[in-house]
Amino acid sequence: MPEANIVLKNCGVIDPARLDSYLAEGGFEALEKASGAMTPAEVVAEVKASGLRGRGGAGFPVGLKWGFTRQAPAEIKYVICNADEGEVGTFKDRYILEGDPFGLIEAMAIAGYAVGAGRGFIYLRAEYHFLKDKLAGAITQAKEKGLLGGFEIEIYEGAGAYVCGEEMALMESLEGKRGEVRYKPPFPPSRGLWGQPTVINNVETLMSIPRIIKNGAGWFTAIGTEKSKGSKVFSVSGDVGKPGVYELEMGSPLRELVEDLAQAQDTKAVQMGGATGRLLPGAMLDTSLDFENVLGAGSVIVYNSSRDMVDIVHRNLEFLAEESCGKCAPCREGTQLMVVVFKRILAGKAKERDIEFLKELATTMSLTSLCGLGQAAPSTLLDSLSHFEDAYRARMKDIAGAVT
Amino acid sequence: MNMTAKIREIGKQGRGREELLAVLREARESYGCLTPEVIVELAAGLDLPVGEVYGVATFYSFLSTRPKGRNNIRICKSIPCFLKDSQIIIDTVAEAIDIQPGETTADNRFSFELTNCIGACDKAPAMMVNHRVYGGLTPAEIARILAEHK
Repeated sequence: MPEANIVLKNCGVIDPARLDSYLAEGGFEALEKASGAMTPAEVVAEVKASGLRGRGGAGFPVGLKWGFTRQAPAEIKYVICNADEGEVGTFKDRYILEGDPFGLIEAMAIAGYAVGAGRGFIYLRAEYHFLKDKLAGAITQAKEKGLLGGFEIEIYEGAGAYVCGEEMALMESLEGKRGEVRYKPPFPPSRGLWGQPTVINNVETLMSIPRIIKNGAGWFTAIGTEKSKGSKVFSVSGDVGKPGVYELEMGSPLRELVEDLAQAQDTKAVQMGGATGRLLPGAMLDTSLDFENVLGAGSVIVYNSSRDMVDIVHRNLEFLAEESCGKCAPCREGTQLMVVVFKRILAGKAKERDIEFLKELATTMSLTSLCGLGQAAPSTLLDSLSHFEDAYRARMKDIAGAVT
Repeated sequence: MNMTAKIREIGKQGRGREELLAVLREARESYGCLTPEVIVELAAGLDLPVGEVYGVATFYSFLSTRPKGRNNIRICKSIPCFLKDSQIIIDTVAEAIDIQPGETTADNRFSFELTNCIGACDKAPAMMVNHRVYGGLTPAEIARILAEHK
């Protein structure tokens, strides 16, 4: 399948510093159509009909989220754009924010109109501070031209915490607190930021909205697979000839992304979705990229045959142990414990019961952690045990039948 | 308006809670680090418990409760940069300024730390000096980059 061009349509085409350049590409026509020719309920219905699902990793239907927020009885509602792109190996939102800030602003204004929110926030990760002035400039230009109606958009900067990409932790942080996750329910559409109904969407998710409104849900549903409509943007890094940002139609084979576009050779494994993602062996390169199979938030890290997967998993676990927010015990203690056991594996001192213990710990963490960080923390570990058992065995060669 | 007056103003308006992170970020920039004295002063000005302010100050990696140099070097230690030999960059920087990660130079010019993914994996290995991102690093470029920061 050819590269798709929906989310990244304007990146590299428009001058991101000039509103007129965005307008020349048909910018703000979707917002005009939504607020001029459609009722808020019709906008929500259109997004529902498009089948658009969240691109931040969880894949929740966007129209459903917007519908719940619209129906929530409250005077004050908020729209949040999650630009806290902290997943290891992701930089696609940076690329979008750099290349098409107006598209994001238009999408947020459409969301505000649809759900009845007057105020929106872009939660920008601290590492992307260099984008703040450019984004602020784009907001000012759109506002001065009167394109946003009364919708206010503010940029809120994070201060360096991976877990703040989790929606509840992000809202705590936006309220000026430690970025610790909240218990769910209540979910953001009923009680989100400052206890008010809130729509929170990832940068990439929002970028499809203007195209859906302008071209209609039918246009969007014709792209992709049965359960995964539209396109997905990937950040490819690691052992590839051409690292970078690529947009593909949902359902494209992983091989096309990794070998044809990013020019990987001799691929041993691909890590999809970052530290909490999946580890696929090279033999699975024909897997299709969609919610039915494997997707994640778009981080694609490629490993060639020279890489030791035990070392890679150890680095993932160390990252998660550092970034756990500490609120719930299964994640706080579990991520630390996994690192302790891994140190034993790396030192060649692990026994069979250590592997059994890791598996049991993984189950406990998946079942009982409060948020995605702890729930998915063991996933690269479990995948490596099923696909790269030999790597563990080599580290434990003195112990007969060490890995079962 | 100086920092102290601004904080009192925020406290008086009862916005201490929601502005806390922004205030801490600004205080970190102007004071260099969030010492116990700074935290106590902020808490009083914002009308918040000291523990609350300290709790937030220690949660985020960009807020420091320990003294930092004028320029903060953050080298990415995450997997995409590791695959592109970030260790060589770490060693080169450590040698150039003669300190280890977590330390500050005696002349207070540089602090040096390792950080998790900074979203520059397409330009790995990468690092940040203050808010600026440098990618596609080679050991040969380190001296020139460091010379930009006095």
